[in-house]
Amino acid sequence: MTRTANRHPGLNLETDHYVDQPRAELTIFGFWVFMMSDLIIFACFFATFLTMDNPMAKAGGPGGAQLFDLTSVAIQTGFLLCSSFAFGLASVSMKYADGRGWTILWMAVSLALGLGFLTFELRDFASIWAQGGTPQRSGYWSAFYALVGLHGLHVAAGAIWMAVMITQLAVFGPHAVVKSRVLRLGLYWHFLDVVWIGIFSLVFLRALA
Amino acid sequence: MNGKTRDILTYTLGFALAAVLTAIAFGAVLADLPRATSVPVVGLAAIAQVIVQFRLFMHIDLSRQKREDLHLILFTCLIIAIMVGGSVWILYDQATRMM
Repeated sequence: MTRTANRHPGLNLETDHYVDQPRAELTIFGFWVFMMSDLIIFACFFATFLTMDNPMAKAGGPGGAQLFDLTSVAIQTGFLLCSSFAFGLASVSMKYADGRGWTILWMAVSLALGLGFLTFELRDFASIWAQGGTPQRSGYWSAFYALVGLHGLHVAAGAIWMAVMITQLAVFGPHAVVKSRVLRLGLYWHFLDVVWIGIFSLVFLRALA
Repeated sequence: MNGKTRDILTYTLGFALAAVLTAIAFGAVLADLPRATSVPVVGLAAIAQVIVQFRLFMHIDLSRQKREDLHLILFTCLIIAIMVGGSVWILYDQATRMM
């Protein structure tokens, strides 16, 4: 089989999928414009956090080095990476028409891992909060909850979207419109894992190093 | 090798590389290296992992078909560099002057 040229970023469906290709190209390009503007929003929250990461902005309160739990961050990182990979397998099973059962199975695995991530993140927030790391304590903690919370909200929105797509696949089957939505959800889900790389490196590991 | 095997291998390679780079970053912190070593290691592992995930999970490459998308991503990087770099530079300078 010769390698067909990629027509748009992300996993490309083969031409026998009866998806209107120019339209798919356009909607996916539009989705990239959204993701990149979302990335700029994340970048501004990162900039805010970095400028708050100095002794003055901690206002004599605790910092990340005292309140972060490295093990829990490692578990969350593992959950999100495995979830991203599971979604990749869901996309591949959809592309090669392995039957909607496989796609739904991998998406369910991906969703469960994403929910595992959220559980550990909320547990972390509760523990940091209980030890005095509340948003009103200092600029540092305000910026922390804004940045990490914004990512958590994105993951929660992605989880809802994934539940909706699992339902649509189950009800409508691999219809062209449904497949195009699953491709975009895949890009969004991988994108959230990329943002998490920035968070675990710049927020957690930098504080604990 | 058919297309399906190739696609699965792409994702598996991306997953393996991302896992190794994550382990390097966490390992540098766990090993209690001096901050001057561990922070650059974490930073470089992060940049490498972002590139790995963009290339192998999101299938961004330098081919002509996707030039527009690559331009979009590079322009976003420019905006981020100006805004984040500028804010951090100016405010760190202010902070050191106020110490």
